[in-house]
Amino acid sequence: MVFKDAVITPEEMPRTTPVPEQHGQPHPTGTAPAAHVGAHPVVPRAGRVSIERFAGEELDELTEDPLAEELLVINIGPSHPAMHGTFRIKCWLDGETIVKAIPEIGYLHRCFEKMSETHRWQEIFPYTDRLNYMSPFLNNVGFALAVEKLMGIEIPPRAQRIRVILGELSRVMDHFVCIGTNLVDLGALTNFWYFFRGREEIYSLLEHVSGARMMVAYGRVGGLMRDVHDTFDEEVRGLLETLPRYIDDVDRLITKNRIFVDRTRGVHAISKEEAVDWGWTGPCLRAAGVPYDVRRAHPYYDYDQFDWQVPVGTTGDVYDRYLVRMEEIRQSLKIVEQALGDLPDGPVNVDDWGIAPPPKAAVYNTIEGMVAHFKLTFEGIQVPAGEVYSYTEGGNGELGFYLVSDGGGRPYRVHCRAPCFAIYQNIGPTLEGCMVSDVVAIMGSLNVIAGELDR
Amino acid sequence: MGLKDDLVHPGGEPGGWPVEETPKSVFTTRLEKMVNWARAGSLWPLPFGTACCAIEFMSVVSAHYDLARFGAEVVRFSPRQSDMMIVAGTVVDKQAPILKLIYEQMCEPKWVISMGVCASSGGFYRAYHVMQGIDELVPVDIYIAGCPPTPEGLIYGIIKLQEKIQRGEPSRFQEIRAERRAAEAERHELVGA
Amino acid sequence: MAQFVADRLQEGFPDAVQRILDERGDLTVWVSRDRVHELLAFCKHDDGLRFDFCMDVTAVDYLSLGGDPRFAVVYHLYSLTTGKRVRIKVGVPEEDPVVATATDVWKAADWFEREVYDMFGIRFEGHPNMKRILCHHDFQGHALRKDYPADLRWRLVRPDDLVNEISPEEMERIRAGAERALSD
Repeated sequence: MVFKDAVITPEEMPRTTPVPEQHGQPHPTGTAPAAHVGAHPVVPRAGRVSIERFAGEELDELTEDPLAEELLVINIGPSHPAMHGTFRIKCWLDGETIVKAIPEIGYLHRCFEKMSETHRWQEIFPYTDRLNYMSPFLNNVGFALAVEKLMGIEIPPRAQRIRVILGELSRVMDHFVCIGTNLVDLGALTNFWYFFRGREEIYSLLEHVSGARMMVAYGRVGGLMRDVHDTFDEEVRGLLETLPRYIDDVDRLITKNRIFVDRTRGVHAISKEEAVDWGWTGPCLRAAGVPYDVRRAHPYYDYDQFDWQVPVGTTGDVYDRYLVRMEEIRQSLKIVEQALGDLPDGPVNVDDWGIAPPPKAAVYNTIEGMVAHFKLTFEGIQVPAGEVYSYTEGGNGELGFYLVSDGGGRPYRVHCRAPCFAIYQNIGPTLEGCMVSDVVAIMGSLNVIAGELDR
Repeated sequence: MGLKDDLVHPGGEPGGWPVEETPKSVFTTRLEKMVNWARAGSLWPLPFGTACCAIEFMSVVSAHYDLARFGAEVVRFSPRQSDMMIVAGTVVDKQAPILKLIYEQMCEPKWVISMGVCASSGGFYRAYHVMQGIDELVPVDIYIAGCPPTPEGLIYGIIKLQEKIQRGEPSRFQEIRAERRAAEAERHELVGA
Repeated sequence: MAQFVADRLQEGFPDAVQRILDERGDLTVWVSRDRVHELLAFCKHDDGLRFDFCMDVTAVDYLSLGGDPRFAVVYHLYSLTTGKRVRIKVGVPEEDPVVATATDVWKAADWFEREVYDMFGIRFEGHPNMKRILCHHDFQGHALRKDYPADLRWRLVRPDDLVNEISPEEMERIRAGAERALSD
């Protein structure tokens, strides 16, 4: 009867109903209650728990051969060393093999859509930065494009080009972190340092352009926050020279590395039909063999004028995803080089003071400028009523924004179609049969960013 | 300090005790100062990274900014092996029990750095699912503002924590515990134990 | 292209299609609730339409605009082969917020529908796991409804143990599978 004390019986098993006196009490924000030191929640301990105990059978029957019917329950996440973000997979393990996996998300649900309803159109840009926080500018571009589509305006060519350049550099940033953290989880720490060095260089450029390293909030409805600085061209060309070196370093270390290939070849392969049925987009879908890239299929901002290719894999396994991302970094740098080559002159914002703010000289010296500035700040951009779904290629796939406007300065409804949300939803069924060590490889390769997943 | 000189030239006559050099190679202090110096110089961070600030934290431990210079080389994801929890990113209501559990698994002495405005006060998410600051739940020693704070800001915050430890000040956890014990003792007296 | 899709849907479901709008480059088709599942299956399997991608399932609460019915569930579909897109909208009344699920048509609709339930309270009949996904399990109310205040929080004491997502039959299957694996 040693087991009886060591395990949780079904009666003791903490259920999901909360403590009665705290249940049903709304917790008003702004009033911080005292810290609950000592009153910690009871969570199901990671331990030897048998599925049968959930069904309430007697323990005695198991003492004959307890090992045969006990499965180990562990939580991978939401706080875990694999640096992917806050989500949780509850796994029932049979040795090292996963017998059942249930994902749980929402650990970073920051209420983006509700915040959008309470803020003005231009105030939403910082919130969009924090959706896919690895490549913030791409989210800015996605949202700005959606509002511009709803308003029916076209931004000046210089703004389009700069959006392409910085967008592609953001995509490079995203892939750097994805591959870097994936490799860290597999034990290859050096590559993480190499890629972060590259990321620091892009950060320097972004800081010079917009003032912030990561959360740039540089896109605006109608163009950009401000024009780029004078040395932009040299700095980007400098980046185009130094970044390939980091990529080549990692390539030489990893692509033909026996350990990496053994750990990733054949892991989590997915067929084209499955991937499409689950709504996958982005590098994960392209690794499965489907050549769908929004920039190629529905080009915007002259993506069809540049000379670049869409890398496509074959089996959709983790190794293919790594290869697709590495190649996409190279293709993105190729696009940046071409876009930089003929950067047109001109304004970076539309010439409408109801959309883009007037220059400060006009604000302080003319009545129209002051009134326009005042209206923009207090009432917001007046977007005509209607709805639109606009889509761009985010770091992970098709990033869609579904906007509903009632004609005012605040959105009526903003929905972000996050590519990670669709990619992550089949993790439950597909992890069955994998080993625990495969899970870290898979999670890294899917590039699930909690900010985007939970919004 | 001339320690190297003492090693190369022990000082004094051959065969004699280096009487004059002793003050340079031996110093007296209080035990608390020694211990605090050791604690401050070897903080092992537990990066409780949830969101964007975690990426800036990654930048700080990376080659360019290098937190290892400040003694915080060993990043341990296990609460049992770390003494400083850096909460980097928004903590939402769903994550709150996890934060509490991880915090309580840490051994004393322990400090908490709240990195970024989301962890300090909820940031600009005044919303139905976001905790308005982790100090609703865990005692915080250092608040670092910024969205995300620049790596220099995080390093400054860690240096401030090191100074706080070096000064011998109690951590916020110890302060709250002392307050509660005092309140408990008062209650006992009132009740007439 | 949009005209082709509109015509095809109209001739397939003349009584179910309520309204067709084509503005700002998007085709929107309002469909009645009782035929929506058939229509979505038709969208996927029909040779002319072949909408194999369920891009997005979301909802809108028209309370502030005085809409009747109050909610609209919105499906965004995309066809990989033809490159066409369509938006299918279904009006859902407040007193009976139930719609048939689309998970048997596209697996992608799974979590999107759970999110709609979490945020709006619209249940999807036939969904394998109709449970909250983003907000925690002690959350009360539906956050994106217009009458839900933006900063009303609910405290969570214990995390969800997720056991209620496994049915007893599934538990049996897992146990049997584990035994088989061990006996090999």
